[in-house]
Amino acid sequence: MRRFAQVAGAVAWRSIHNVATNPAFLLPSIIFPMFFFVAFAGGLSNVGNVPGFDFPSGYTAFQFVFVLLQASAFGGVFTGFGIAADFERGFTRRLFLAAPSRTGIIAGYALSAWARATVVGVLLFVVGLATGMQVGGDGVDIVGLILLAYLVSLAATLFAAGVAMRLRTLQAGPAMQMPVFLVLFLAPVYVPLDLLAGWVHGVATVNPFTPLIESGRDFISGSAAPAAGAFAIAVALVAAFAWWAVRGLRRAEAAG
Amino acid sequence: MIEQILEMARRSVLQTLRQPALVIPPVIFPLVMMAINTGGLDAASNLPGFPADSYLDFAIAVPFIQGSLFACVNAGSALARDVESGFMKRLAMTPMQRAALLVGHLGGVMLVALASAVIYLVVGFAVGMDFPAGALGVPAILLLALLVALAFAGLGAFVGLRSGSGEAVQGFFPLFFVLLFLSSMSLPRPLIEQDWFRFIATYNPVSYLIEGIRSFIITGWDAEALALAFGIAIVIAVGGVAAAASALRTRLVRT
Repeated sequence: MRRFAQVAGAVAWRSIHNVATNPAFLLPSIIFPMFFFVAFAGGLSNVGNVPGFDFPSGYTAFQFVFVLLQASAFGGVFTGFGIAADFERGFTRRLFLAAPSRTGIIAGYALSAWARATVVGVLLFVVGLATGMQVGGDGVDIVGLILLAYLVSLAATLFAAGVAMRLRTLQAGPAMQMPVFLVLFLAPVYVPLDLLAGWVHGVATVNPFTPLIESGRDFISGSAAPAAGAFAIAVALVAAFAWWAVRGLRRAEAAG
Repeated sequence: MIEQILEMARRSVLQTLRQPALVIPPVIFPLVMMAINTGGLDAASNLPGFPADSYLDFAIAVPFIQGSLFACVNAGSALARDVESGFMKRLAMTPMQRAALLVGHLGGVMLVALASAVIYLVVGFAVGMDFPAGALGVPAILLLALLVALAFAGLGAFVGLRSGSGEAVQGFFPLFFVLLFLSSMSLPRPLIEQDWFRFIATYNPVSYLIEGIRSFIITGWDAEALALAFGIAIVIAVGGVAAAASALRTRLVRT
């Protein structure tokens, strides 16, 4: 366990250092969520006046939750890009030789994704509150929302790590990005589930991300709706993608 | 000269067709985004003052602009690759005229953009898009789409030739994407509630390009919207191509 923690800590420190010292890595993960928040909450705020749209905390808070979870997920995807780049540079192969616990490598990347999600999440909260976002939930609700964001980040990181370790090239970028992008946007992004139309409504109804985003919105508005189902889905996704990532790690080890 | 232009255009088209990654995203991605947004924002068509009965009619204009943005990146990346690979230096030693290189290259990009626009239009008709502009509107909307593509491709070519780096061209893509999002892409300007956003959308030329294409689908022939769209597209196209020609001249002098 101590070796696992040492490897995880070292990989996390290196990844965080790489991101923090390279603006080309850091800025997109900060600027894009801010931009989406501005574009969605600002440009579409009138959508909150659509008949049947009755979110108590207003459209800014409604969009804030989506952008927070999206940023958490994409932080995980960007971490997957980093893993693929490490394979291309040959760094991961050297790491495999040196690391006494190789699963600690995955944990290290996941920790760095959490660090990235923390920075972006704090900035999003600051921008949201500065632009008058109404928060109806209490401290416990906000902790629930943050926990949900961390679980989404972890699930996305493990998914992207599994892809990166199987393909071991940056050209796998779309294979990491597109599935996450589609799952996120085939959920109730702009309006509640009941107001979605056509096939998007059908897909969003069975999309596992839908309960997560709905629970996140319940948290920020202070609604008393139960969130156990959303957390169960999030934990199940983390477990499934952890298995996926570890299997990918074994494939990478076997490939040499 | 014409022979040189045709040869460069043929090379440009072949270069694109041989790489599915350059053909599929510009066509598929805008259509997927439109399909998602149409389902997600259909309720917005119930807002008082919304100009169309269905959100599809409102949203179908956006793929035309997104497709043009991809044309911009393709044009810039291809020229940057020519600089990086030394093709431009070898070309400079031949009797090839500079104008033929640029016109031929942009011509190839225009052909791909035209094919994309036709696909968007066919998909629109297939899913029940209204088209009050009638039969004459079809060539007119394609012409506007081509002009918009030329405008962005000219800017992309300028960045590609000026920087000589494919990464630099990719780096400019988010900037163009921001211009798209901060426009009247998702809601008509009068229905944008936030004053600051409406202000940006009003001064953002991309709003008028979208509104010009949208006018064929929603109102038929709207002289003001079309004059603004064609005017802005022509100004950007002339500026972009002139800047690209200047960058090409500099690039060839340097070699």
